[in-house]
Amino acid sequence: MLDVDVRCRVGGFALDAAFSTNAGVTALFGRSGAGKTTLLNLIAGLTRPESGRITVGGRTLYDAATGINLPAHARRVGYVFQEGRLLPHLTVRHNLLYGNYFNRKQSHVIGFDAAIELLGIAHILERRPGALSGGEKQRVAIGRALLANPEVLLLDEPLASLDAPRKAEILYYVERLRDELRVPIVYVSHSLDEVVRLANTVVLISDGKVLGAGELREIMSRAELRPYLGRHEGGAVIEAQVAGQDLESGLARLDFAGGTLEIPDVEGLPGERVRVRVRARDVSIATSRPTGLSIRNVLAGTVVALGEEDGPSLDVQLDLHGTALLARITRKSAAELGLRPGLPVFALIKSVSIDRRSVGYA
Amino acid sequence: MWSLTPAETAALLLSLKVAFWSVVVSVPVAIALAWVLSRLDFPGKSLLDAVVHLPLVLPPVVVGYFLLLLLGRRGPIGSLLDEYLGVTFAFRWTGAAVACAVMGLPLLVRAVRQSLDAVDRGLEDAAATLGAPPAWVFASVTLPLILPGILTGVLLSFARSLGEFGATITFVSNIPGETQTLPLAIYTFTQVPGGDAQALRLCILSIVLSLAALMASEILLRRANVRAAGRDA
Repeated sequence: MLDVDVRCRVGGFALDAAFSTNAGVTALFGRSGAGKTTLLNLIAGLTRPESGRITVGGRTLYDAATGINLPAHARRVGYVFQEGRLLPHLTVRHNLLYGNYFNRKQSHVIGFDAAIELLGIAHILERRPGALSGGEKQRVAIGRALLANPEVLLLDEPLASLDAPRKAEILYYVERLRDELRVPIVYVSHSLDEVVRLANTVVLISDGKVLGAGELREIMSRAELRPYLGRHEGGAVIEAQVAGQDLESGLARLDFAGGTLEIPDVEGLPGERVRVRVRARDVSIATSRPTGLSIRNVLAGTVVALGEEDGPSLDVQLDLHGTALLARITRKSAAELGLRPGLPVFALIKSVSIDRRSVGYA
Repeated sequence: MWSLTPAETAALLLSLKVAFWSVVVSVPVAIALAWVLSRLDFPGKSLLDAVVHLPLVLPPVVVGYFLLLLLGRRGPIGSLLDEYLGVTFAFRWTGAAVACAVMGLPLLVRAVRQSLDAVDRGLEDAAATLGAPPAWVFASVTLPLILPGILTGVLLSFARSLGEFGATITFVSNIPGETQTLPLAIYTFTQVPGGDAQALRLCILSIVLSLAALMASEILLRRANVRAAGRDA
């Protein structure tokens, strides 16, 4: 759907990035200053690359070889900026309708009434942006981009300037966009929580380069990418299916190839697919099945490899009948337990270590 | 005592007419110049900037004299206008309006340029991603956001026009009913014996006029600021 292969230099910073994505949410993930926003500006036509090619759904937006460089206003790329950028002199209604003046056809993505219903902004239509809360501004900005009939929607850290409750609010609306509309979404973030919750596909960016692109689970399990995901946030992503909810205990049972997880705060109905991020530091290892234990998730598997990091801890790669899992334990424990590749072990995961923010709905 | 004589009314109406048209003519020119100075980078930019500001620092008589040289009947531009368009400025109220426009231009350009510099370019980018071509972005985003600056400039140049003396009298002379604006009428009365009382009446009229203009622009400016800041009116 979206194909990007560009090079450009801005000041002392060089960007050289190539990736392609399909429908659904693609996360551009990386630390601040990695070049994520620059990449969005290149796609939207606000910055000009030095060479390369950008196409959306077969339409060429930029091609250095043939000299094509569509101006921003002809690209039909919806862009939701970090700070919203609503036009301050127009009411919410006129902000939403702004793109309509330039598109003779109505947005194929969504109609006006459906958009204000989807984003919950019907009550603020006649207000001006100055009086809106941060969350309301972002919802209006998303609606405005959708109503301009875009072929791809770019979201540049839309949660960055919001407090925790507002973040949850916007995440909920982005999830609805993903599930109810057909427009592909590129979501820039430096938060693994947001990525896990929203994205199937991840493009990992560091220093202007694409280090890896692919399915979230695959990127998370690649050892060489682990340092870029954050020291304390790294871990594996397990894709599972909701098997049932135990209303009395408040725990959901999630089935996957390697066994069953019991986790609180999962809202899915039986049969629904979910993604669960299990941080490496929340996983312990036992060489025999322990008894008399509060930990509810005890999963059998084998050791695949031991990390070779310096320092007191290391990451152990485990295989749970085809599902990869990472455990961060001390080097001393690894030595005392005699861990080695091929050894059958049990992975221990505390249910309460996996909170609402670590669960995404596919 | 409180009613105006026909001559006084003529001077007042002429002053308003001249000031009004000088502002109408100079606003588009000033916006274009301010945009060029704020947004473009080219060799000779500081020279253009200096030329625009010249009327602010030159003696008004000098400006008036140059206008006479350029736009007079026999001047290089004046003769062309006369020959092909039948337009003459010399010794006409239109010439007074041109003199006032030139004198007020730097004030307008400065005010507009300052607000152009302050416009968040990100808003213009946002409008472009929504499909607005550059001219539309200017008309629907930039222009409304610099409206307070334009209003400030309009007030300053309008007031400047009401008070303009040197360039006007040099360029179009002091003809009652045609080019004799309020300041020129006041000057005339001070030059004749026994004209003091009439000069004073016209001075008071000038003060009332200027105060009214100031207050009207203040009200407009407040409204424009509220809009540009995105607050609910």
